Amino acid sequence: MTKSRLIDDGLFIQADDGPRLVGSSCRSCGTTTFPRQESCPKCTRVDMADSILPRRGTLWSFTVQGFRPKPPYAGPAEFVPYGVGYVELPGAVLVEAVLTENDPERLHIGDEMELVLRPLRRDPDGTEVLTFAFAPAR
Amino acid sequence: MDVAIVGIGIHPFGRHEGVSGRQQGAYAVREALKDAGVSWADIQFAVGGSHSAGDADSLVSDLGLTALPFVNVYNGCATGGSSLIMADTLIRSGAHDLGIVVGFDKHPRGAFDTDPATLGIGSWYGETGLMLTTQFFALKAQRYLHDHGISRSALAKVAVKAYYNGSLNPNAWRRLPLGEEEVNASVMLSHPLTQYMFCSPGEGGVALVLCRADRARKYTDKPVYLRSAELRSRLFGSFEVFSPWLAVERAESPSEQASRAAFEAAGIGPAEVDLAQVQDTDCGTEISHLAECGLCKHGEQEELLRTGATSIGGSLPVNTDGGCIANGEPIGASGLRQIHENVSQLRGAAGARQVPGEPKVAFSHVYGAPGVSACTVITT
Repeated sequence: MTKSRLIDDGLFIQADDGPRLVGSSCRSCGTTTFPRQESCPKCTRVDMADSILPRRGTLWSFTVQGFRPKPPYAGPAEFVPYGVGYVELPGAVLVEAVLTENDPERLHIGDEMELVLRPLRRDPDGTEVLTFAFAPAR
Repeated sequence: MDVAIVGIGIHPFGRHEGVSGRQQGAYAVREALKDAGVSWADIQFAVGGSHSAGDADSLVSDLGLTALPFVNVYNGCATGGSSLIMADTLIRSGAHDLGIVVGFDKHPRGAFDTDPATLGIGSWYGETGLMLTTQFFALKAQRYLHDHGISRSALAKVAVKAYYNGSLNPNAWRRLPLGEEEVNASVMLSHPLTQYMFCSPGEGGVALVLCRADRARKYTDKPVYLRSAELRSRLFGSFEVFSPWLAVERAESPSEQASRAAFEAAGIGPAEVDLAQVQDTDCGTEISHLAECGLCKHGEQEELLRTGATSIGGSLPVNTDGGCIANGEPIGASGLRQIHENVSQLRGAAGARQVPGEPKVAFSHVYGAPGVSACTVITT
């Protein structure tokens, strides 16, 4: 079986239904951030708790990355254009993420989307590196 | 104490192999000094910056070691605007009578490759391919067109205008007029924006000589007065470049905040503006920034473009020198290029691209990472 790891453990938390994105929620004013941060950008207080983000949301805007970004981009050697969008996770935040769909004609503002894990690249020892992405909800 | 702009200098924008960014800055300074009829030794202070071409204060090695105070500004796309605000304050306060601001840059080809760590963002953001300014501008355009019922065909019209204006500007980088079909048919970089709808990182330098307004006529027959210069960063809830997340609630943008502050400080309203230079990193942002700066209503832009209102002969000429799209974006010089163009226009010295009818009020606006905007109002 292929070994795999998450691109950054700080972005995720293990929930009953698998890895979920984790942010911070301000104990004082309720503002949510992603990823975690120590202080609240709205009320400025330093009193944050972990907040597991919803798995599903709606597409707020999207584009398709048409050319290979310069480093530090670390995607596959053979470049395939990828979708990018903000997904509004209700009551929490809008998360910027890679989208599994890269055809702009098949993406629409307001589409239902859900969190998935997606391979980005392999480490030198063959370990598959997984990142988060959003896919059109089934 | 009011402040006047009495000298302007520019090193042509574009690509200049073998010429460093610093050399382009020094060239612009000498041109501005010549324009004001002063020498470097007359200058009492300098403020300036570049993003990737070295420290502005090191220009004294080339310009002359006169012991003047020279402050470096490193403020991204707002470097020029921030330098101008500092110079304005130094003169307005009475500390100095005559000073210079300078901005220059020289960037490698291709999109900017900013390190996420410089903005406090994890390396995952760059590794997964999200650390691109081009993506933000595409995401913003997509959402803006959707929210305000503007068709995608409006985007190419902005580029066509930019390349046409650039063709009239001897200092512009892109001087070949292009049609809508060519703009739309160029490579799709980040849907819905094609290659020719974007500006490119480039090279160039600009300098401005400023003085106490009551002494302006000593240096020039056509002084132009700096009525306001304002800088703003993000509010909670604004939608900005390099944002791994956004708040659910929306707030005013730095452009809305800075432009309103600039108009208030000048005591001049957007309706009185005769011409404007607004940040056109891409065609989408010229459209959205026009409304964010109060120069039109949201959604009105398509009609303005269709009727030529934002062309040089129109009711509100915008980006008359070709903007970032035709000039490229050397970060440190870009905001000062806008002022250089506005001063040229108010002097009636803009040549083939001169706005008719003796314009008297000009506005400028820059926007950049990680969500900053600087705006100015200048008048005859």
